[in-house]
Amino acid sequence: MKITVNGSSHEIDAPDDMPLLWAIRDRLKLTGTKYGCGVAQCGACTVMVDGQPKRSCVTPLKFAAGHDITTIEGMDGAEFEAIQTAWRAIDVPQCGFCQSGQVMTATALLKEKPAPSDTDIDNALAGNICRCATYVRIRQAVRDAADTLEA
Amino acid sequence: MSVTTTSLSRRDFLRSAAWGSAGLVIAMALPGRGRAATMDTQAANSSLIASDAAGFAPNAFVRIAPDDTVTVLIKHIEFGQGPFTGLSTLVAEELDADWSQMRAASAPANAELYKNFAFGMQGTGGSTAIANSYMQMRKAGATARVMLVQAAAEQWSVPVGEISVDKGRISHAGSDKSAGFGEFAEAAAKLDPPEDVALKKAGDFRLIGTDVPKLDTNIKTNGEALFTQDLHHDDMLTVVVAHPPQFGATMKSVDASAAKSTPGVVDVQPIPTGIAVYAQDTWSALQGRRALKVSWDTARAETRSTREITDAYRQRAQQPGRKAASRGKPEQGGDGLAKTLTAEYSFPYLAHAPMETLDCVIHAKDGAVESWFGSQLQTGDQGTMAEILGVKPAQVSIHTMYAGGSFGRRAQPGSPFAAEAAHVAKAHAKSRPLKLVWTREDDIQGGWYRPLNVHRLSGGVDADGNVALWDQTIVGQSIFSGSAFAAMIKDGIDPSSVEGAEDLPYGIPNFRVTLHDGEAGVPILWWRSVGHTHTAYSTETFVDELLEMAGKGPVEGRLAMLGEHPRHAGVLKAVADLAGGLDASESGRARGVAVHKSFGSYVAQIAEVSQNEDRTPKVHKVWCAVDCGVAVNPNVIRAQMEGGIGFGLGAALYNEITLEEGGRVAQANFDRYRSLRIHEMPDVEVTIVTSDEDPTGVGEPGVPPIAPALANAWRRLTGDAIRDLPFVKIS
Repeated sequence: MKITVNGSSHEIDAPDDMPLLWAIRDRLKLTGTKYGCGVAQCGACTVMVDGQPKRSCVTPLKFAAGHDITTIEGMDGAEFEAIQTAWRAIDVPQCGFCQSGQVMTATALLKEKPAPSDTDIDNALAGNICRCATYVRIRQAVRDAADTLEA
Repeated sequence: MSVTTTSLSRRDFLRSAAWGSAGLVIAMALPGRGRAATMDTQAANSSLIASDAAGFAPNAFVRIAPDDTVTVLIKHIEFGQGPFTGLSTLVAEELDADWSQMRAASAPANAELYKNFAFGMQGTGGSTAIANSYMQMRKAGATARVMLVQAAAEQWSVPVGEISVDKGRISHAGSDKSAGFGEFAEAAAKLDPPEDVALKKAGDFRLIGTDVPKLDTNIKTNGEALFTQDLHHDDMLTVVVAHPPQFGATMKSVDASAAKSTPGVVDVQPIPTGIAVYAQDTWSALQGRRALKVSWDTARAETRSTREITDAYRQRAQQPGRKAASRGKPEQGGDGLAKTLTAEYSFPYLAHAPMETLDCVIHAKDGAVESWFGSQLQTGDQGTMAEILGVKPAQVSIHTMYAGGSFGRRAQPGSPFAAEAAHVAKAHAKSRPLKLVWTREDDIQGGWYRPLNVHRLSGGVDADGNVALWDQTIVGQSIFSGSAFAAMIKDGIDPSSVEGAEDLPYGIPNFRVTLHDGEAGVPILWWRSVGHTHTAYSTETFVDELLEMAGKGPVEGRLAMLGEHPRHAGVLKAVADLAGGLDASESGRARGVAVHKSFGSYVAQIAEVSQNEDRTPKVHKVWCAVDCGVAVNPNVIRAQMEGGIGFGLGAALYNEITLEEGGRVAQANFDRYRSLRIHEMPDVEVTIVTSDEDPTGVGEPGVPPIAPALANAWRRLTGDAIRDLPFVKIS
């Protein structure tokens, strides 16, 4: 299987039903994308597929082939920078394990809605579980990032 | 965990160490105990020594490099509660370092150097990190400072007293000389360390009490932070284990032929906890496990359902158990009282479900064992792995990794997970690195839960409107029994079963708490705030009902009974002020309050609640007041209160592990074991009560009050007293 990750093409010798997550983590050794549940319940494995956030743990390689896949290691752009800066300014992470997925989903939200309401933020991020419950700060950081982008 | 720090804390301050190529040996005077023993730790810590050979290592905790960076070796595992930042703050404070030069790293497994004074061995729990390290880390920083200043004085030929240190710069005003720490690292390493060092007065603190940025935030924002799950070694195999479907079941026979012929699978081996599948990558291992045909022996398995276990506990709760606390004449019951109330509560088994499931990389080679994982009780894990693999504990090195949460799950007396990793290594013929990974299903169904509990309370109010009777019976499995912490059990009472109930702060004249040890074949463990997870709920909802019967307000009524407990009263008043009282901000909402002390810290919370269209609770806002003594990092304290509230709220609303008929766990993943999600997270406002008391923990104490605060609000809103958790049953 040939997949394109972070702008580079990779030949993956694996069954075509293997989830993209394991190709990214075990084969390409890009470990910012996490395994949390394996059934698209927690969002820790979120990657961008053609710019849209997707759960790599339930995306078979055969459906990933031919698409542009971006992991947190390959992210850039104004929205991503604003999210990172806002995250750091108020120390959002606790254990940190889910945060790649949170950052990916939040970045996708700002790309689609530069000035999201609190309801927009909640709706966009409801699929990303944080067991440390850093949600108060995630919400605040997304608001702060939106303000930065607007300014 | 609920072990207290009072009896053992500060028994040892700094253990002395020989360290690094300089061979620096220091010994520190201990108050009332003379001189500490010196010891050579070179063998146990060779990896760190190698990387720090050029620097200054005044003690087991501080490394100062020629480039001016100060690395603090942290003896507590970092899984979000903040010890990397907190303990480094303590060192930086006394060292007068600049925050930008501070770094943190996990200390190696070495109980002599890095034991938790509360446990007598290395480990994290009981919200002890800051309390336990407060003086130890400050002394470590102060010692380094004295030695750097002395080295500077000798090199500059000026009196020590004329040298000042500020933000990482050592200066002598008279000669206009100034330098960083690194410049004197080599010279300081040759000096004799001081026998005793003076510590700053609280009024002189420059970093303690400020919101210094967390040291691990950056790498946890861009995906760079390495967790155990992220480690890859050359020639490494990934291992998953097929566990029995009921607790106590064992393997009868296995047909592994299909598993072994699965592409990528390298080996299949039986181990004591199940059948291990070794493969080239995670997906292959999972496919191989799926192909196993196992028949299980359930002769000694727990086959009862949780419904049956709960019913058995309810029966036992009808009679008092062993006495944990008593005063007055509680056995007379409600005779002569104006009003009485009896209530029964049930609390389910709870999984911890940390975001990162259990995992461990282990490599046994040439009589030594190297391991990388989120070890929370390093000394026990080290000994367990050594015994299984036939080596000495000192030959087992543990690299304590950042862990994706724990909530108690990674602190296992008896080290069953470290044991499984060791057996996985032992069973595979070839010496190669192995990564043992549990899936989410393994995690949710894998036991080691917060124990199921039943509480029965009888109380009464006298003719004057005072709460005059409190008689509580608790039925639950003992966490400490049969564990390394069994010595904590006194007179048959496991303190972790009754904590938060037997020490009820309210001045009630006739008072009793008794305990039955429940029996069930389900492996159990402490879960963030341990006994307080259930005692805070039963006590704070029951007292709320009694006060209402007595015609008293929730805040005023509690305050009237807290005369001997000013810190409880302090946070209760503070939270009432913060929230502006208990009147809801709009119609259709209600507020409830709860106050609870755990692990030495006092927390009160007020929750404002309404009803969703599906008649489930919606929590809009939570106000929180915390008194944890000196607030080392207010931002981290607020974060732990916010997170504790979310964690406790999610469990109260949605979480229960149920065993079906036959003993199989009904839940397997986050679909039926629901986690709180962002749209269910209330706004949180935290106030920290100013205190000069020594600091106490914040990792757990934010959890206990939220569920009863929610329940008290819900009862005011709907009239419905929720006595069987969780609030929302998920089918």
